Amino acid sequence: MPAPMIVFDRVSKNFGNLPVLRDISLAVSAGEVISLIGPSGSGKSTLLRCVNHLEQIDSGSVTVDGDLIGYRRVGNLAHELPEKLIAKQRARIGMVFQNFNLFGHMTALENVMEAPVQVLRIPREEAKERAVNLLTRVGLADKMQNYPRMLSGGQQQRVAIARALAMQPKVILFDEPTSALDPELVGEVLEVMRDLASDGMTMMVVTHEMSFAREVCHRIAFMEAGRIVECGKPAEVLDNPAFERTRAFLSRVQ
Amino acid sequence: MSTVKPDDRESSGPLQSEEPMLTYVPARAWGTRAAAVLLFLMVVYFLVSIAGNANFGWSVVGEYLFDTRILSGFYLTIWLTIITMIIGIVLGTLFAVMAMSRNVVISTVANAYIWFFRGTPVLVQLIFWYNLGALFPELSLGIPFTDWGVSVPTNTLISPITAAVLGLGLNEGAYMSEIIRSGLLAVDPGQRQAATSLGMTSRKALWRIVLPQAMPVIIPPTGNQTIGMLKTSSLVSVISLSDLLYSAQTIYSRNFQTIPLLIVACLWYLFATTILTWLQSRIERHFARSRNTST
Repeated sequence: MPAPMIVFDRVSKNFGNLPVLRDISLAVSAGEVISLIGPSGSGKSTLLRCVNHLEQIDSGSVTVDGDLIGYRRVGNLAHELPEKLIAKQRARIGMVFQNFNLFGHMTALENVMEAPVQVLRIPREEAKERAVNLLTRVGLADKMQNYPRMLSGGQQQRVAIARALAMQPKVILFDEPTSALDPELVGEVLEVMRDLASDGMTMMVVTHEMSFAREVCHRIAFMEAGRIVECGKPAEVLDNPAFERTRAFLSRVQ
Repeated sequence: MSTVKPDDRESSGPLQSEEPMLTYVPARAWGTRAAAVLLFLMVVYFLVSIAGNANFGWSVVGEYLFDTRILSGFYLTIWLTIITMIIGIVLGTLFAVMAMSRNVVISTVANAYIWFFRGTPVLVQLIFWYNLGALFPELSLGIPFTDWGVSVPTNTLISPITAAVLGLGLNEGAYMSEIIRSGLLAVDPGQRQAATSLGMTSRKALWRIVLPQAMPVIIPPTGNQTIGMLKTSSLVSVISLSDLLYSAQTIYSRNFQTIPLLIVACLWYLFATTILTWLQSRIERHFARSRNTST
């Protein structure tokens, strides 16, 4: 078994009095693709956003590649890290959003170059070369000079994936990457993700695409009301769920 | 090849019509045309009656248009407008960011600043700064509540020009901060999240990602403020600074050619406004490039 890349250890979080994550423990191996499924409000996106400290947890811990995220451990105390160091951790954790969130004032090429140049301080020429390669890899070699609003949703999301890849991340988090897309554009994005998975990228994917979860993911975690109800191989969870709640959810989405 | 028999029309291809093609004739908007002609005549009549009216003293206007006192007043007006707008934009950005801070003290201080400087007449603020020496005879730079530091008499530090720059600049900062805040709020929060997730600090995300995209919202009202400041700066005459309007007033108080000299001042204000409007549209076009549909 490969070393765990992401470890959630007894993670809990509340929004005010409302518990959104309850005592979640989960280990994701290097190179593993795991999808989080479950009804809306079950905490899957929140769990994902805890990995790069976009959401702060109330108790427990999240580690990525051995680094405690957002904090520095001294004995049993966790001191919150200064912003610069948290930013440094985030730089190696890619994230792809439901609404793409491409930078609207930059071309596709500039979007992909921005963080390598500004954050990693890579020389422009080198960053450009890398960005061109990545955009070619996601099939957008002819759209590099286009601004986001001139691209279709599927193209925008592929630029967003290239932008995440440009930081050479250890893991990529996908927050419902195809939910905002027209049905005929979903395939091109999933194709890129499938390609990444076969390359051995560690991926956490919040999704409603059951066929993608079945074909590409190594494991599926079903969440409800802030808990992971069950987690296992796609065939087990999707075809032979151990819990009635999982069965009920699957019958509604399939 | 393309002729279609009536009986197989349903199954094959588009309908073929025998009718000749139509030629479209736009509707004649007679009412609009009549109104336009009437309006044109009124404008011509208005211009002719002004130009032909000896009471306007056009020859006096020509005589004083390039008077050195007028020109140096115009120079002061432009200089004041530029410097106070720069101060206003810098302070406005600072206070906009502070007002959005999660720290209660920081956001309260920013909001109190905005409240105070928008809530009192700028004329009073100018007089206040000019008379600062009466309130604080000495100004010190040093550590509060200790003897460390240096002191200078206020009146050597606050000249009329510094009073004007302080008064107009601080006042403008309050208005600009609301304009900049509205621009920052108009940018989708997802942009900041994406920047953060790529490892940018919040400062870098603000400068590289959020502010550039707030510019299309910020620029038009900022242009308004600049043109407003051009005229508001004429208030500095109360602290005896010879700006454009005050220079004109000084001249007509001696020769009693009130209207011609006010026209001279207005012509220069209009000239500056024309330049500023042109500049604004240039800047707007620059920041709108990502909105174009073509590369």
